[in-house]
Amino acid sequence: MRYDSPLAAVGNTPLVRLPRLSPSAEVSVWAKLEDRNPTGSVKDRPALHMIEQAEADGVLTPGCTILEPTSGNTGISLAMAARLKGYRIVCVMPENTSSERRELLAMWGAEIISSPAAGGSNTAVRVAKELAAEHPDWVMLYQYGNAANPGAHYATTGPEILADLPTITHFVAGLGTTGTLMGVGRYLREKVPGVAIVAAEPRYDDVVYGLRNLDEGFVPELYDESVLTTRYSVGSEDAVRRTRELLSQEGIFAGVSTGAALHAALGVANKAARAGQRADVVFVVADGGWKYLSTGIYTAESTEAAVAALHGQLWA
Amino acid sequence: MAIEVRIPTILRTYTDGQKAVEGAGTTLDELFTDLDSRHAGLRERVVDGGELRRFVNVYLNDEDVRFLDGIATKLTDGDSVTILPAVAGGAR
Repeated sequence: MRYDSPLAAVGNTPLVRLPRLSPSAEVSVWAKLEDRNPTGSVKDRPALHMIEQAEADGVLTPGCTILEPTSGNTGISLAMAARLKGYRIVCVMPENTSSERRELLAMWGAEIISSPAAGGSNTAVRVAKELAAEHPDWVMLYQYGNAANPGAHYATTGPEILADLPTITHFVAGLGTTGTLMGVGRYLREKVPGVAIVAAEPRYDDVVYGLRNLDEGFVPELYDESVLTTRYSVGSEDAVRRTRELLSQEGIFAGVSTGAALHAALGVANKAARAGQRADVVFVVADGGWKYLSTGIYTAESTEAAVAALHGQLWA
Repeated sequence: MAIEVRIPTILRTYTDGQKAVEGAGTTLDELFTDLDSRHAGLRERVVDGGELRRFVNVYLNDEDVRFLDGIATKLTDGDSVTILPAVAGGAR
């Protein structure tokens, strides 16, 4: 595959069957490897799409400053695109996100403003909205409410999956901004009668009780419950266990939120297998494990030790 | 029939501080009635007028029962039920 620039190489990621984790020959689980994007996460798609849409709308012009609340991946994607396109970028992120993410943002030239750990991403959103009010000339792309976020998935991720796997029965992704689920979900619902759209929502322990969670009072403006068929709430222990299984059984080195999506994917896959139905379940590998190496979860001796290592950190 | 029920911190006053208790029932409705026989007052905190309370979420094997059959959702031996509060304001 040949592209005219690095930014043009966003998307067209592989879809791979997981032979060991699939319940049976009739029920297959497939991983959409979004870590193969230029900055290593699914967020390259909405980030680039939001920037190009804002440019097309005349909102984002040369010399502009981009502002975004982000726990990491979207900021990293925006910062890379901003550097290549010549924009200044300011990211607001919770202070308890991993050091790798901060390094990556700084590497791309982003300025980081930390928001208090309490309140997680919800607090980052609030702080960013306050900054936007103080700096009316800054452009907040606002991934939680920008139609170009699901629009990117409607235009690219959805069609790629359907082209590779016309027999898809279930699509599973993490629920954060809701952009992936809304965009791919709407596309597949139009094309595949009866397709199930399944959300995997992170559930943190009582200590962090991380707030990128619909029931914490912040509902992304993009969220439309009618697109979803069902919703799983996945605790840290299951997310970590599945992340480790994905690595040990299928050789895929993914971030922790991917473990949560896999947990929900296996939930619907096993239900289909028990009911004697065939199924092709696609879930999104949102990013690789690199940014989470310092947590120690990949090399911990047991799932329990890995969960203890992750304790108190936002993982999605 | 044994169903494991995970109890959120806020409701552990009804379970002597236990994080998880066991119960029985063929539906969630029956399960909550069964739990109430040993943990009096628990059902009232989760169920109101025959429906799940608005600011409480219940998950069957991690799946939100509002997308299944709500309080009439059928249970099978070995299932795991998680009760979670929806904090201040709630969703939607």
